[in-house]
Amino acid sequence: MLSYLAKRLAGFVPLLLGISFVSFLVMAMAPGTPVDLMTDLNPKASPEARERLEKFYGLDQPLYVQYGLWLGRIVQGDLGTSFSRDRRPVLDKIAEALPITLFLNVLDLALILGLAIPIGIYSAARQYSLVDRATTVFVFIGFAMPSFWVALLAMMLFGEQLGWLPISGLRSLDYDSMSALGQIGDRVRHLILPVGIAALTGLAGLSRYMRSSMLEVLRQDYIQTARAKGLSETVVVYRHALRNALLPVVTILGLSIPGLIGGSVIAETIFAIPGMGRLFYTSVLMRDYPVVMGITLIGAVLTLLGNLLADLMYVAVDPRLRKR
Amino acid sequence: MSKVSTVSDVSDVRGTNGKRLLDVRGLATAFDTSEGIVRAVDGVDFHVGEGETVALVGESGCGKSVTALSILRLVQAPAGRIVAGRIELAGVNLLELPEAEMRKVRGAKIAMIFQEPMTSLNPVLTVGYQIAEAVRLHRGLSKREAWKEAVRVLDLVEIPDAAERAAGYPHQLSGGMRQRVMIAMALSCDPRLLIADEPTTALDVTIQAQILELLDSLRARLGMALLLITHDLGVVAERAERVLVMYAGRVIEEGPVDRVFAEPHHPYTRGLLRSVPRLGRERAPLATIPGVVPKLNALPAGCRFRDRCDAAVAECASVDPALEPLGEGRRVACIVATRRGGLES
Repeated sequence: MLSYLAKRLAGFVPLLLGISFVSFLVMAMAPGTPVDLMTDLNPKASPEARERLEKFYGLDQPLYVQYGLWLGRIVQGDLGTSFSRDRRPVLDKIAEALPITLFLNVLDLALILGLAIPIGIYSAARQYSLVDRATTVFVFIGFAMPSFWVALLAMMLFGEQLGWLPISGLRSLDYDSMSALGQIGDRVRHLILPVGIAALTGLAGLSRYMRSSMLEVLRQDYIQTARAKGLSETVVVYRHALRNALLPVVTILGLSIPGLIGGSVIAETIFAIPGMGRLFYTSVLMRDYPVVMGITLIGAVLTLLGNLLADLMYVAVDPRLRKR
Repeated sequence: MSKVSTVSDVSDVRGTNGKRLLDVRGLATAFDTSEGIVRAVDGVDFHVGEGETVALVGESGCGKSVTALSILRLVQAPAGRIVAGRIELAGVNLLELPEAEMRKVRGAKIAMIFQEPMTSLNPVLTVGYQIAEAVRLHRGLSKREAWKEAVRVLDLVEIPDAAERAAGYPHQLSGGMRQRVMIAMALSCDPRLLIADEPTTALDVTIQAQILELLDSLRARLGMALLLITHDLGVVAERAERVLVMYAGRVIEEGPVDRVFAEPHHPYTRGLLRSVPRLGRERAPLATIPGVVPKLNALPAGCRFRDRCDAAVAECASVDPALEPLGEGRRVACIVATRRGGLES
């Protein structure tokens, strides 16, 4: 087991090198450089000033030298400093945005799993029942509507017309003057719309997935064996079918781990949440290479770890994958 | 002390003169399909005596397995349902039992083993757990006692290192071993009737003989009845006392195996027996029954076998023959055979 883990982790090194190199290349090939953005609209910017800036950022070097320098810093644990006006270390910027996104997305995922799995099980166990039909309709509506559009509609309804919920940010302007309880309440009220909308749209896919996985398992011979033993339908579904039906869901969970830190660009922009999605988006627009590369690298590491975790979870739930 | 272990010295209780254990009357089971309602089982009558081995034969799709599933009320709703008939186990009509009572019959009084040992065991639960589960449910034993009991029945079905195997998973066992596990599971609660639905079809020929031998000896030792579903007439001749021949959802001939095989009355049974390859006659072309089984949602009027029958008369097109007694415990559903007191073969 330990040697397996060591082997997998060692395999990450070439993968990460490849991922970072390709990202570096793609970023450099994108039209416009950070220097362009800083000088193009400034009539006072002379060609000499441009050269100075390029030299300052190291952009005058050939690409492979730039990549080599970046890599050298990364190995020492230094993600560099942002090209933007604030000149802050990339690590600080990420450290600020990451907890917000992580918190929101873990909440989303927990909500989605907590609802989708029971809905899927129930729909499958009572296929074609009223509840099953109703959730099917709901799911297709959820699938069909783009989340940003639902988000805007919800903002109009709950934020504008009814005035029940705040529509942007994570806390109110007078947050600091509230009581402790009021502060918690304020946070919760700000979370309802962004988390609710994300969960609503994610719920559709996963509950459908869970349902079809469960239906597939309920058709298996060993389910008939379980029923022929005289077990009640509850035991058949939860003891015999559920673990088998969850196997494919584990894959989805593993794949959703990188998404936990990536954040949703659209949702964070709409709800003005200062998370990773927004940071990445603005950094790309500003050609802020160090920040883009930093986020890409962290995303890549987490994706690989997520895959590894999914494989380990598989082994935990499926005895067929265990070595004797 | 468990009942199973103490009856090992009970002598063979084979014989048809005992009481009727299972009595099926007019059973009809239908399925809703995209092509309309299909009556997979359409008025089936038969009985199984205490300790008796009865074989149910017929070609694929004739309703053998659906009959078996109907007895345990395991036909899956809403597509499938039992639409008519009575299924009496020791005088109690199973079709009138509430579901909770029916669950006490499944696995405890009637156990079943299936055709596909490779897929009939749950891949994520240990073999021992899957057996102990039934024992705990029906015999009320504690977890530990049930586990011991699981190991004991695994030993009973001649699985080597039973204690170790019980802690293992199904994928670590071969097909033959898995079928032994299924048999152990079925026997763990000492059922009165064991339904074996093509228990050896999916196995190697050498393993088939072992499994059948095991089933037969355990049946004799435990004094239970066996309803053996098969399409292998060799198996029927060797293991069963009585045979039921099914065709297109009906039992069309019934009787003691030696009598039916020596002198089949129904033209379909005659055709089936003729189409068995025999040693020493390899060079002669194998006899076949012309045509195919009619679609169950588009049955011809009159006798269902008429279109493929070599003895059909004009009346067969209008009369749907019932299963009529012919003496010696034999019954046949054929107007030609009944009229002559049996077809000369």
